[in-house]
Amino acid sequence: MAETRIRNFNLNFGPQHPAAHGVLRLVLEMDGEVIERADPHIGLLHRGTEKLIEHKSYVQAVPYFDRLDYVAPQNQEHAFVLATEKLLGIDVPARAKYIRVLYAEIGRILNHILNVCSYAMDVGAMTPMLWAFEEREKLMEFCERASGARLHMAYFRPGGVARDLPVGLAEDIHAWNERFPAMIDDIETLLTENRIFKQRTVDIGKISPEDALDWGFSGPNLRACGFPWDIRKAQPYDAYAEMDFDIPIGKNGDCYDRYLLRMYEMRESIKIIRQCLERMPHGPVKSDDHKITPPRRGDMKVSMEALIHHFKLFTEGFHVPAGQTYTAVEAPKGEFGVYLVSDGTNRPYRCKIRAPGFAHLQALEMLSRGHMLADVVANIGSLDIVFGEIDR
Amino acid sequence: MDLALKDLGEYIATALPNEVRETAVARGELTVVVHRDAIVKTLKFLRDDANCQFKLLMDVCGVDWPGRERRFDVVYNLLSLVHNMRIRVRLETDGEIPVPSVINVFSSAGWWEREAWDMYGIPFADHPDLRRILTDYGFEGHPLRKDFPLTGHVEVRYDDEQKRVVYEPVKLAQDFRGFDFLSPWEGAPRLPGDEKATK
Repeated sequence: MAETRIRNFNLNFGPQHPAAHGVLRLVLEMDGEVIERADPHIGLLHRGTEKLIEHKSYVQAVPYFDRLDYVAPQNQEHAFVLATEKLLGIDVPARAKYIRVLYAEIGRILNHILNVCSYAMDVGAMTPMLWAFEEREKLMEFCERASGARLHMAYFRPGGVARDLPVGLAEDIHAWNERFPAMIDDIETLLTENRIFKQRTVDIGKISPEDALDWGFSGPNLRACGFPWDIRKAQPYDAYAEMDFDIPIGKNGDCYDRYLLRMYEMRESIKIIRQCLERMPHGPVKSDDHKITPPRRGDMKVSMEALIHHFKLFTEGFHVPAGQTYTAVEAPKGEFGVYLVSDGTNRPYRCKIRAPGFAHLQALEMLSRGHMLADVVANIGSLDIVFGEIDR
Repeated sequence: MDLALKDLGEYIATALPNEVRETAVARGELTVVVHRDAIVKTLKFLRDDANCQFKLLMDVCGVDWPGRERRFDVVYNLLSLVHNMRIRVRLETDGEIPVPSVINVFSSAGWWEREAWDMYGIPFADHPDLRRILTDYGFEGHPLRKDFPLTGHVEVRYDDEQKRVVYEPVKLAQDFRGFDFLSPWEGAPRLPGDEKATK
């Protein structure tokens, strides 16, 4: 019989593909339907955020962080604001800390809803998306009431938050918070024991604990491998030290565990939100050092000093003492770090953004090799990838 | 915490006397400065030593200091889950002699080193796949260098005659505005007689 030469098949996945969660171009080398090699091409959404931040003052840099992981903007702001405060060496009033934690957890739920539901849609379940997005809309309304913007809040500022919560918002968040577990239950009845969902996710994209460390995993993807590691617990920032919550961990490190973990994390976030609302102290929401935070509008009408502070802050900004810091927060996708180098002027000298998705996507080839084409989609979904933060 | 970090810094400096140039603790963060060629050995030590166990490489990035003789810093941020500590390893390099790649110690370094190459033009030796990563196909220059203009050099538009996207040199309708609000008083040079004012 004549020898037939079989050539591997190259497939271009994306950049415009609904299951690519953005603009991922994936060059796949395939043997039949089995992945031999996967080469992600990223950078199609590169906007030069780090370069732009070097040309902006510290406060002007905050909105850029909203636009990184646009699914949970609050958590990115949080990292940058904490890094700036660390370099400035200032403390934040207690109420501001609680508000930040409250919105960071709202951001986490925003993210997990989107991830779980779009992931379910990638593997064939349509309904969760339709149900849960209504809840996202309600959460974004809470963001709008606090900051004026549904998505890109720019609400966390060095020294506190932009302004206090409006009257009645806390009660409404509380009421929503009590209703939301029922929605999680509903989604779980659709997915957790769903035969098709389990066929598509159990034992797919399994990663061993050693590999997870080697590839720089963090957040839910690391916890799914059995590491009880959460920066909110291990290196608590803002008011997390006073919160009582548990860290769910997975056993197998596969796609199904990563899904389950996110569902549990939403329930933990609900606990944190409830504690925030119940214990939130009264008082100022930003530092009273008006070299860093703007003075009250009323003061500016009567106080020359306040007027000068306001003018200086919104033209020159504040100067940050020279130094460097790597500050990380537990963003919904994993460890979001900001490596901030200051040279003593009013602009960051270097601001490196450590996006969790960057490390996770890098491991996609290792996760997908030997799997079928359809499993790549499950892997991308379960790793929780958003291109705003990867491409920066 | 600072004390533990200080001890750790001294421990690392003693264990690697020829590799470590200096250690410092500032703002609760430990920085170890190493020689360029010692980076692989240092990271391997930090990963495997029982007192360190920095098993996670969280970030690799470059920093540009154009005024310096060796103008680039390469910064490695590591995390130890066991000891709940972070460490920053830094080395200085020029754009000519490559930095040894640490991809054999941490697989996750692969893309970050590609990014440092893309953004700063810092070459890495023994990297299996040192392509550009974030910039456009066919991009020229290294955008995060301090001497690279914020506007870049080329802009793209869709050309209806050629039916494709074309690249053209950047045309600015007005001069680029830097918005430099740095106070002229604070940035002013020292004048003769200034020393009397500080006394």
